[in-house]
Formats: sequence, C-alpha cells, structure tokens
Amino acid sequence: MTQPLLQVQDLGKRFGGFVALEGVSLSVAPGERLGLIGPNGSGKSTFVNCLGGALARHDGVVVFGGRDLAGLPPYRRVRLGLARTFQLPRAFASLTVLENVEVPFRFLDPRGGPTSERAWRLLERVGLGRKARFRPRDLTQVDLRRLELARALACQPKLLLADETMAGLSHAEVDDILELLFRANADGVAVVMIEHIMRAVTTFSERLVVFVAGRAIADGPTQEILRRKDVEAAYLGE
Amino acid sequence: MTGASSFFFWRNGLALAFVCLVATAAALRAVHNDYAFFVGYVVFQYGALAIAWNILGGYAGFVNFGAEAFFAAGAYTTVALNKALALPILACVLAGACVGAALGLVMGSFTLRLRGVYFAIATLSLSVVLQTLVVNWSYVGGSSGAYLMRPKAIALFASYTEFLCLLMLAIAATAALIAAAIERSSVGAGLAAIRDDETAAAALGVPTLRLKLLAATTSGAIMGMAGAPLPFYNSYLNPDSAFAVGYTVNAMAMPLVGGTQSWLGPVLGALLLGSIQQFAVAFVSSSASLTLIGLVFMGFVALAPQGLLGLFRSLRAARAGP
Repeated sequence: MTQPLLQVQDLGKRFGGFVALEGVSLSVAPGERLGLIGPNGSGKSTFVNCLGGALARHDGVVVFGGRDLAGLPPYRRVRLGLARTFQLPRAFASLTVLENVEVPFRFLDPRGGPTSERAWRLLERVGLGRKARFRPRDLTQVDLRRLELARALACQPKLLLADETMAGLSHAEVDDILELLFRANADGVAVVMIEHIMRAVTTFSERLVVFVAGRAIADGPTQEILRRKDVEAAYLGE
Repeated sequence: MTGASSFFFWRNGLALAFVCLVATAAALRAVHNDYAFFVGYVVFQYGALAIAWNILGGYAGFVNFGAEAFFAAGAYTTVALNKALALPILACVLAGACVGAALGLVMGSFTLRLRGVYFAIATLSLSVVLQTLVVNWSYVGGSSGAYLMRPKAIALFASYTEFLCLLMLAIAATAALIAAAIERSSVGAGLAAIRDDETAAAALGVPTLRLKLLAATTSGAIMGMAGAPLPFYNSYLNPDSAFAVGYTVNAMAMPLVGGTQSWLGPVLGALLLGSIQQFAVAFVSSSASLTLIGLVFMGFVALAPQGLLGLFRSLRAARAGP
C-alpha cells in the first residue's frame, strides 16, 4: 500500500469556547484528488489554516511526507511541499503579477535558474503571460484566482490545498480553473479541493470528505458519499 | 539578484557613490564656509536616519517610533568608548553600528511579532526605557550630560567640521548603497511581500520573522552609525539632545515625503525637508523648523500620499496617457 503523503490524526482546534475542529482524521495519497465539502462554518478553512501553519492546532498529529509538522512555521511547511491558496485572493498589491510569482521561486528554489524566466513560464501556463507587468488591482476576479494558483504552483508543491479557488466565478471561468487543477494533478501534485461548487467538486474529486460542525462525517469515493442520507441532510436539512 | 547583475550593481553603485562624495566635498570646499559644513552635516545625518528608518518602515511596513533611541545609542556609545579607551571617531562609528544592530535585533525579537499600533507603541517605549537608563548612568554624564573634546584639526581637511560633514556624507552614502542593495535583492522582495500581506508571504515560503529581524538589525546599525559622530559634532551630549523627538519625526517624515518604496525617496525627502529646516533655522527661527516640517508633511499627506516619487510616477503616467 502507498504511504500517505498527508496523515491527519484527531485534529482539534478551538477558538475560546467554540470548537472549530474536533477529532478530524484523514489521509491524502501522493497524486490524489480529494474534495473537501461542508456547509459554511463547518471548519474547512480552519482545517486548511491548521495544515498550512497559519493557525496552531490544539490537539492531534499532522504528518506530511513522513514528518510531523508540530511547531513548524508556515514557510518551513511550504518547503516540505505543502502549498495552499487563499479563499480571497491575497496578491501582493505593490508588486507586479510577475514579481508576485517570483517570490516563491526566490525563497524556495533560488538556485533553480533565473526567477523571472521561471515565473514567466508559469504565468504563460496559467494564461497570465500577457498580464505579467500588470498590478493585481488591474486584474479581473478570474485572473486573480489564476495568479493565486500560479503562486502556489511556484512553490513546486507535492500537495496543494486549493481553498475555494472558484468562488464567484462564471461557469466558463470555473472550467478554466478546473483545467489548471487537472494539469497540476497530471504533473503529480496531489490536490485537496475545498469548494462549494458541487459541479466542480464532483468533476474533479476521486474521493470526498464531508465536514459538518468541525467533524469529518463522511470519507469515501465521491459518488458513494453523495448518495449518503446523512450528507444530504447536512446540506439540505432533514 | 544574479551574480552578474549583482556585480554590475555594486560596481556602478560604488562608482556613483564615490562620484557623489567627491562632487559634494568639492562643492562644499568651494563654498569655503564652516557653516556650510554644519548644514551639510545635519542634512546628511537626517538622510542616513531616514534611509535607515525606511528599511523597516518603508520596505517592511513596520512603523518605528523609536528612531531616536537607536540614534542616541550610537551617540552614547561614542561617549562611553571615548571616555574609557579614547578611541578615535571611526572606531566609535563602527562600535555605534554594532550597538545599534544589537539593539535592533533585541527589539525586533521582542516586538516584530506585533503589528500596527502595538508595534509602534513598543518602539516608542524603547526610547523611554533607554533614556531613563542613560539619565541614571553617571559614567556617561547622567542627566547633566558629558563633554567631549574634539581635535582642532585633522590631516587632509581644512577643519574638523569639514571632516565630520564628509564623514556623515560617507555614512549616508553607505546607508543608501545598503538600502539599494536590499531593494534589488530577494530580501527586498520578501520585505515587500511582508508589507503587503504577511500571512500570504509566509504561505509562499518567505521566512518572515528572519527577514524582519534582518531589516530591524540593519536599520538599527545605520541609525547607531548616524548617531555616533554627534558628541564630536556638538562637543557635548545630554539625554535631552540625544533623545530629541525631532530625530524620529524627521526620520519618519522624510521617507514619507520622498516616497517609501525606494532608497531614493528618503534621500529626496532629506534633501527637501533638511534644507527647508536649515533655511528656517538661519533666516526665520529655530523653533519654526519643526513647524515647517509639520506643514510640508501635512501637505504631502493630503496631496501626494505616495511622496515625491509617487507624484513623479503619476505625472509620468498621466502624460503617457491611457
């Protein structure tokens, strides 16, 4: 059996008296496409923040690539190959699109060749080549999402946590972003897609995990999970 | 910065700095007036302070309200070392840089996890703590201050004031070179990323705390270096003059007036505000100088919040058209 790339065991996170995550356990295999769904406030983004290191967890163990992530700051986690995008695009406003993508290359792989050339190639790949000299404020919403993805891919991840990368996009734009994620996955990147757009989730994910009120209530093959009554009830009510 | 571009940057930068130094020295000598050297010293001192402040405040976005603490640390390092070991001024400048760097590192370790107003208050209190220490440290004169005999003359220079002025010019030029090198390097890109969004920067592999500490240490070193010659300049130093709030006001106002995202901004700001102040001191009154700074500062905040550089950029973009 393949060794999991990411192994989460009994993850817990509280904000004061509010329990955001409790006893969450799941694993991700290398190159896997996992969908993570759940109603608003179910703990999906908290889960991503705990994995990425933006939030410290209270309980549990997270092992990535055979290494316990306890106490590791975010930039060290990225170096191990764990990259993420943000729900709301967080481009560096004072830098150009090209400079935004150069940042990870500069710090994660400074000896891999001229950073601007590598950033150009990546921007071409995500369809932003002609806008490389733009400032983020001049980009459309879908281009900001592309930039967010390009920066995460510049981290050369083994696992990408794609946190609502399609929120607010049109049907055609969702397809564009889906294609980028499929291509990244074809290059060997495991992808955890956190998403509300069910068409995207069902198209993309081989496996589905469902969060409700900070707990993972279901984990299995996508179509099987979608047929479960408790999952339907969590989304649509009893 | 690649190896080749790094080489060209340093070669061109050093050549430009050398030409500026020689040209300024020649111009000041041509004026042949000790007052010109006094004025030059003050403007260059503020230039160095503004460039140093901008490394942490402008590049990384951490507003330091304690510039005078670093400056005074450099000045009191000179007083202590001169009294204990009678060290020459150049050794005192190097020691001032080390003390400033150490202070920046220690302050950064405690405060750089804070942001915004919390960081600002922490840096403000650093100045209060240091001043209290100095006031109660009799070895360096305590509250009544200390005198320092400066040499009457020095080889190759017409007067000691001329030497001090050119020394401060060299310190300011060194500061500008360091700031320009940071700006062009990965450190500069990382600091810009931290300024725009620290959480996103960390998520993209930027070692945020390490870069912030580097910026605080470098900024502190330059401020300490800028303060070190002060006791020789005044021949006397007391806590009120060393910890004067005007140093922090100028160190902050000059980059904000010139533009904070380039090393050139603080230089332009120092030349503009420093000259206005010295003009006011000479022809209006010394108390008018800070009032003038306040007025110019308010004008820039209202009309050109990106500073002179931002104003030039907007005008150029407007001329180029849509």
